[in-house]
Amino acid sequence: MAETEKLSEKHLQAIEELKKRYQQPQSVVLAALWMWQEEHGWVSEEAMQYIADLLSLPHQHVYGVVTFYTMFNRKPVGRHKIEVCTNVSCMLRSSQGILEHIQKSLNIKVGETTPDGRFTLVEAECLGSCGTAPMMQVGNEYYENLDEVKVDRILNSLK
Amino acid sequence: MEPLLLPSTANLHAIDVYESHGGYAMLRKALLMKPEEVTEEVKKSNLRGRGGACFPTGLKWTFMPKQTHLPKYLCVNGDESEPGTFKDRQIFESNPHLLIEGAIIASYAMGVKTAYLYVRGEYAKWIRLMQKVVDDAYARGYIGGNILGSGFSTDFYIHRGGGAYICGEESSLMNSIEGMRGYPRVKPPFPAQNGLWGCPTTINNVETIANVPVILRLGHEAYTKIGAAQHPGPILVGVSGHVNKPGVYEMPTGVPLLEIIERYAGGVPGNKRIKAVIPGGSSTKILRGEALQGVCMDADSLLKAGSSVGTAGLIVMDEDTDLISVITRIASFYHHESCGQCTPCREGTGWMLKILRRFERRDATMADLDLLLDVANNIEGNTICALGDAAAWPVQSMIQRFPEEFEKRVRVTAVA
Repeated sequence: MAETEKLSEKHLQAIEELKKRYQQPQSVVLAALWMWQEEHGWVSEEAMQYIADLLSLPHQHVYGVVTFYTMFNRKPVGRHKIEVCTNVSCMLRSSQGILEHIQKSLNIKVGETTPDGRFTLVEAECLGSCGTAPMMQVGNEYYENLDEVKVDRILNSLK
Repeated sequence: MEPLLLPSTANLHAIDVYESHGGYAMLRKALLMKPEEVTEEVKKSNLRGRGGACFPTGLKWTFMPKQTHLPKYLCVNGDESEPGTFKDRQIFESNPHLLIEGAIIASYAMGVKTAYLYVRGEYAKWIRLMQKVVDDAYARGYIGGNILGSGFSTDFYIHRGGGAYICGEESSLMNSIEGMRGYPRVKPPFPAQNGLWGCPTTINNVETIANVPVILRLGHEAYTKIGAAQHPGPILVGVSGHVNKPGVYEMPTGVPLLEIIERYAGGVPGNKRIKAVIPGGSSTKILRGEALQGVCMDADSLLKAGSSVGTAGLIVMDEDTDLISVITRIASFYHHESCGQCTPCREGTGWMLKILRRFERRDATMADLDLLLDVANNIEGNTICALGDAAAWPVQSMIQRFPEEFEKRVRVTAVA
């Protein structure tokens, strides 16, 4: 891992503050992973080792946590990770059509990244937007009540 | 009914607005009561948990030991990941101080010194909103040391999840807060004895906690008169699927499902016939459209109808819905979310999905239907947590109530 691949001073301080909220420092592992992903986009094995050292945890513990939760990227993703919910409430409101439209527009399949590194497309489980279906999440943002025109507009706005 | 959880008042998330509409008055009131009097009031209100199990909240609070040298904890469950459920985010968005006020009152009643609000990782926007609200409440002295001069102190922290349906299961949620994989724990011991870090812990759903200030304001007698006698109070019903106006609607418990669909959610587009509904999130048993007459959104009525309230996430399916695709998608969800700890669930959810896919592509035999039911029956009741049951119930109920859907998908020429 390159020397520069560490957490920023700001985040290191935040971790120290967060530790005070819990009986054990191990509790901040999810928060530390979130901070890492915010800075680096994905969590490599080296990153897991770094966080393990930071919190004095075994590497395999951090590995176990990262692989349990779905939101940590274990390989690099595009600048914008598009997650289309296809669970039942969205499915009843044509999420499949949205998913197909995005695949066609970006010329990639689910699980792939565009060659320019701009978009990664994945399918997601229920994201709690059942009343505003169909929907997609891009990064931390929710886009709801989608149709093809709206999707095109959103994709064009994401550089 | 005047909305109690989600009033139409604009900007209630702003602490000044919340205060000027009577906000935090119930915290003041509670702090002048004895903690056990607060618990008694909640107990007498008959408030039942809104996270799916309908367990009496006041009773749950009494399980917390009174004499203990250990710190006590409250976890407010905002993992909200049950497909068809989107009500907690409405509270975060529209009335977040009500949740904080309820959580501090609950902490006072149980002698809790630290409360955690566990929010699913995907709700980044709502976590940001809630953090601002928590900071404001700290700044006004509603959270922290010596709250409003009462001598009672408690902290309230937000803990962000990492994306895992199972973390809505209470013991899994605690493991997640402890920084571990979100595996459910074997019960007993129950959280009130042995919860977070082995200490007494209570876990309540966001909507449940939001009801607490309402109970103190109305008094238990008036509260018990709202809605269904055995399951009273306001309830947030999320209506999704084939309706004209999907959304979260606040109503008293006990409103007929057909009225919810017609009057609140604007009916089915094109006036189509209702083929089926899932009344309370994807794990509750599916009901036939023809069987909805007289069925209401409360624990007893839905139990009688052969389903349950769950999270009151009502999913409506019109006459053109392919129910085999629906159940296959639901099975795929549970297979994806099974934590892998118990063999019946880990393996069974995968097998149910494989068999259902055969029906989906019209490549199944009638024997597959028996096999599917057999797998589902062998998951139910045989796992550490309720995810196994949650995976089995939709499949069992679909087979029982819509056998013709499966029969239509059996392959025409059976191979010898």
